[in-house]
Amino acid sequence: MIYREAGQFKSTYASDQAVFPILQDRVIAGLVLVAAVIAVPLVANEYWLQAVLIPFLIYALAALGLNLLTGYAGQVSLGTGGFMAVGAYAAFKITSAFPGLNIVVAFLLAGLAAALVGVLFGIPSLRIKGFYLAVATLAAQFFLIWLFNKVAWFTNYASSGTITAPPRRMLGIMVTGPEATAPVRYLVALGLVALFAVIAKNLVRGRVGRSWMAIRDRDIAAEIIGVRPLRTKLLAFAISSFFCGVAGAEYVFLYLGSAETLAFDINVSFLVLFMVIIGGLGSVLGSFLGAAFIVMVPILLTNAPHLLGLAMPVALQKQIELMVFGGLIVAFLIVEPHGLARLWQVAKDKLRLWPFPY
Amino acid sequence: MTLRRVMIALLVAAVVAVPLAGTVSAQAKEMFVPSLVYRTGPYAPSGTPFANGMWDYLTMLNERDGGINGVKLVVEECETQYDTKQGVECYERLKGKSGGAVAFNPLSTGITYQLIPKAGVDKIVVHSMGYGMTAASDGRWFPWVFTFPTTYWSQASSVVRYIGQQEGGLEKLKGKKIVHIYHNSPYGKEANPTLEELAQKYGFELTLLAVDHPGQEQKATWLQVRRLNPQWVYMSGWGVMNQVAVKEAAAINFPMDHFIGNWWSASEADVIPAGDGAKGYKGATFHAPGTAFKVHADIVKFVYDKGKNIGPKDKIGEALYNRGVVNAMYMTEVFRTAMAKFGNKPLTTEQVRWGYEHLNLTEARLDQVGLKGFTHAVKVTCEDHEGSGPVLIQQWDGKKWNVVSEWIPPMKEVVRPKLEAAAIEEGKKLGYTARDCSKEN
Repeated sequence: MIYREAGQFKSTYASDQAVFPILQDRVIAGLVLVAAVIAVPLVANEYWLQAVLIPFLIYALAALGLNLLTGYAGQVSLGTGGFMAVGAYAAFKITSAFPGLNIVVAFLLAGLAAALVGVLFGIPSLRIKGFYLAVATLAAQFFLIWLFNKVAWFTNYASSGTITAPPRRMLGIMVTGPEATAPVRYLVALGLVALFAVIAKNLVRGRVGRSWMAIRDRDIAAEIIGVRPLRTKLLAFAISSFFCGVAGAEYVFLYLGSAETLAFDINVSFLVLFMVIIGGLGSVLGSFLGAAFIVMVPILLTNAPHLLGLAMPVALQKQIELMVFGGLIVAFLIVEPHGLARLWQVAKDKLRLWPFPY
Repeated sequence: MTLRRVMIALLVAAVVAVPLAGTVSAQAKEMFVPSLVYRTGPYAPSGTPFANGMWDYLTMLNERDGGINGVKLVVEECETQYDTKQGVECYERLKGKSGGAVAFNPLSTGITYQLIPKAGVDKIVVHSMGYGMTAASDGRWFPWVFTFPTTYWSQASSVVRYIGQQEGGLEKLKGKKIVHIYHNSPYGKEANPTLEELAQKYGFELTLLAVDHPGQEQKATWLQVRRLNPQWVYMSGWGVMNQVAVKEAAAINFPMDHFIGNWWSASEADVIPAGDGAKGYKGATFHAPGTAFKVHADIVKFVYDKGKNIGPKDKIGEALYNRGVVNAMYMTEVFRTAMAKFGNKPLTTEQVRWGYEHLNLTEARLDQVGLKGFTHAVKVTCEDHEGSGPVLIQQWDGKKWNVVSEWIPPMKEVVRPKLEAAAIEEGKKLGYTARDCSKEN
């Protein structure tokens, strides 16, 4: 009923192949975007923006990147944290070398640097598959973190080894650095993630995405029908690392403000992989849902006892949070192994028939 | 259907309870004191005693005196797991709560680095007591950051002075080998520039050995130590890294009385796992260990006997517990300093900052608060947010820590110029300008 498509006729190829072919989807997507751009900065306080929404958007971008690689091209990667670190350190070096450069351009250049590194570490994927590839990318993670810790050039010889986001303006408005307000940083992160989501969606619907999926589903068959594994796999690594690199740069410049290598340790790689799995492998929407789940649920659980007026020791609260969160992950994976995106799909199918299901 | 009813009931309860929860405080004479703690995670052995010390001292003031000059302290803990992301989340959550937080004690160099840029914008004091960014001790560049009673750089210079004393004079350091084993993080690296400069000045051979987080694996590090065969080892460790290092040192039969930990590497939790092997291990500190002070008696009487405690009673007086006490005491003495000028009412962040900057904690005052002989006097000024405090060396005898040295002053003539240069560099990174201290009141 709510999702009824009856009466929506497509008279052109363009409308038939649109990202959102159904009117209801277009309306919902439009409303969400308008709410995110206009309502959220007006309504949300600094805590919500700074501690919840900005990390959510940045993690969503990283999850989107990993989803292209793991969900669409079928190459398991545990190097996400390392590729994000490449983006962050590259952005830091670029902004300190070219202080006048537009910060978004710096982010994109940092993404390019990450893409190069990603291609380099993607080369073994031509020979090794599955779990073995995961181990190989794990090596990338450890090597990159070690490198940034070891070589002082990356931090401009800062004695503490931290990189700090320098104050930078865009169109006269402070975007990074301590003076940048939370709404501005939120909007920059939102703009980038929206742009990259559109790019990702169109990539996976086109020739590139189809060749990725062919490789994922059966690489030998794909090779026989003319998909070149070398180019396809490396392209997946490059684009995925590009997304992760931009996310890493944002992570330091828009969210943390300053960071050490520990901010990109193996836990980040696992976290992003969990986002992809929980959100739904091979789904753009799933990347967002997964990021929302992993970022927001712990914060909700941390605040829940207080909202309910229960006073309990913080250590106990943290332990309960970890247990409930772990339990929720297991529960969701049992209920829907294909992730939150699949749940949304099921809900949509039900809404189509509502209120007369059969 | 019953499950659904329960859910509805819970929802209704939540909707009713939320507005109630918000209206409890924000009235009467109260000040909100946030406390970032880590009682869980890999660093909990170090974080828990500190959090207990802080909690107990503040609770004791509330119970014994009704707060500070009639202003009750509302303490709220927030768990960070020593993780910078969770630390930032805590900071954002607590900074505007219950009339606003006036000062943060992050107890993590990583979180301090996050908060330093925010502090100046939000106008909230960050007091990183003996940790954090040493360069931020120059009050002209970083008005909202305080590092007293002393910093890693001063500490490193004091330890070198102590090693010189043991060797029979600083000139005897020439040709000696000293190894610095450090946690491979901003915290651990902090002392390196000072040690490098002192190595040049006194001609000792310095080797820097990094240990990666969390530091459970140090076989390679100690193999290098054995190969180098240094006269002295200095360590900047934290959490599980410390106990592993002490065990490894004992395993290669390194003379433990030539192994000195900095003040975050010398607590009970660090030495007990190594058993008898840890005997003789030394550590720096800026306050005495033990419970032989009036404050501890008051804490037992007003907190533990009333059941307001979080931690167990037998842990009172541990090295890190006492550090929590001294941190809380500094903060409350700052509040008193500010109240003496602005009146006995809840303070604003500006007033608290003034209090930090004009803190003059004399020996007489330490006696009054029940901490005579516990720590040394501290005087903070507009230029100097560090105080250049001296350190003590304590030694583990297998059962407890004993102080084995006089107060050892830092080499201010070496540290301060470096610090001022670093402050300019770090301040410029954030787009700051120096203020003129002669114009401050």
